[in-house]
Amino acid sequence: MEGDFLRFFRNKEIVEKIVKKIEEKAKHLEIIKIMHVCGTHEWTIAHFGIRSLLPDNIKVVAGPGCPVCVTPANEIDAIANLSLEKDVIVTTFGDVFRVPGSKTSLIEAKAMGGDVRIVYSISESIEIAKKTNRKVVHFSIGFETTAPTTALEILRNPPENFSAFVTHKLIPPAMEFLLKQGCKIDGFICPGHVSTIIGARPYRSLAEAYRKPMVIAGFEPLDVIIGIFNIITQIEEGTYYVYNEYSRAVKEEGNIEALRLLNEAFEYSDSWWRGIGLIERSGLKLKSKYEKYDALKKFNMELAKEDYMPEGCKCGEVLKGEIMPEECPLFKKVCTPTHPIGPCMVSIEGACAIAYKHSIKVF
Amino acid sequence: MCLAIPARIVKIIGERAEVDIGGIIKEASIALVKEVKEGDYVLIHTGYAIAKISKEEAEELLEIWKGIS
Ligand code: SF4
Repeated sequence: MEGDFLRFFRNKEIVEKIVKKIEEKAKHLEIIKIMHVCGTHEWTIAHFGIRSLLPDNIKVVAGPGCPVCVTPANEIDAIANLSLEKDVIVTTFGDVFRVPGSKTSLIEAKAMGGDVRIVYSISESIEIAKKTNRKVVHFSIGFETTAPTTALEILRNPPENFSAFVTHKLIPPAMEFLLKQGCKIDGFICPGHVSTIIGARPYRSLAEAYRKPMVIAGFEPLDVIIGIFNIITQIEEGTYYVYNEYSRAVKEEGNIEALRLLNEAFEYSDSWWRGIGLIERSGLKLKSKYEKYDALKKFNMELAKEDYMPEGCKCGEVLKGEIMPEECPLFKKVCTPTHPIGPCMVSIEGACAIAYKHSIKVF
Repeated sequence: MCLAIPARIVKIIGERAEVDIGGIIKEASIALVKEVKEGDYVLIHTGYAIAKISKEEAEELLEIWKGIS
């Protein structure tokens, strides 16, 4: 099935036809800025050269859609410190391993003797806990896509030497924060995978309140082009609704079972977004009845009450869609994937890392 | 971290399934998706299926956009 569909979703002719229509409509419009909020969308856009297909006045920018990039230094510091304790094993997703905190990254903590292990899923971390008497702490980062996996496992009573440092963040509050701040955004491409969990509803009130067109889009070039076309059409017609282009995976009501688990395990918390700041009710924390699995409480973890960004790094502006990575003075000169300065160059889904990779010409 | 990959369910064993990701067989949890059966396509994120992919919906979308002129 995927093979057949892939041919279609990458069909050059259909893409070209829609691009022509976008060009026609764009002639009557001022500069339009469309923001997406997902690292995988950034990859599709860069990889298939979608920006180069669009008229000059249609800009597509990356927002705070890479979970690793928005993980603040205070969270990295806290977990890196914890990993240095003798009887603790920290497990983490590979992407966050190299993200710099204010002093060290997890990889540096490991070099200093910390027991930090990369896992592919939270269940692997629980398997480790089952085989040791030491305390295993999983660094549970990620958006609504990942949070249900944490909820599922916590609700299944893992061993008592297991706990999670939960820093899950929620996309709609971050979108609203940027809109409230008055960032110039004319429409949103909503994150497809996050939406498989939360459905289309959370965006509807946002689209209505801020009068912004929104499209939930899939990750093939045709998906993104259709998304852009729909947003431009809505702008032209003065409408602002949510179009679910990714209906093959996203239901209006989302994933009900996953939402039930989220509701059971977590409550809202205020959460720091790197380079952006503290956003009210934009995070999840474990409910107190599950506190024996809450690393924050188990280890009295202290989090600094401020954000920290490496000197000269413009990730904050990149994450708010104010600049493109190429506009950061450190981009490619000092900051590269092998020597990343900021978090957006570390994660493979970071806008800077993606821009870097696609700026290298292969002859 | 945002990434989810389409995979075909080959075999269901309780709450886990063998899934085919582009020819590679892996194991994934299907505890978050109800009502999936062998042969269905799902999206896998960090070892968990998070959504079923509907062939009908995909076809419908393509029908709409194929006709664009
Ligand atoms: S290029 Fe490097 S320093 Fe500049 S914003 Fe991106 S990650 Fe930060």
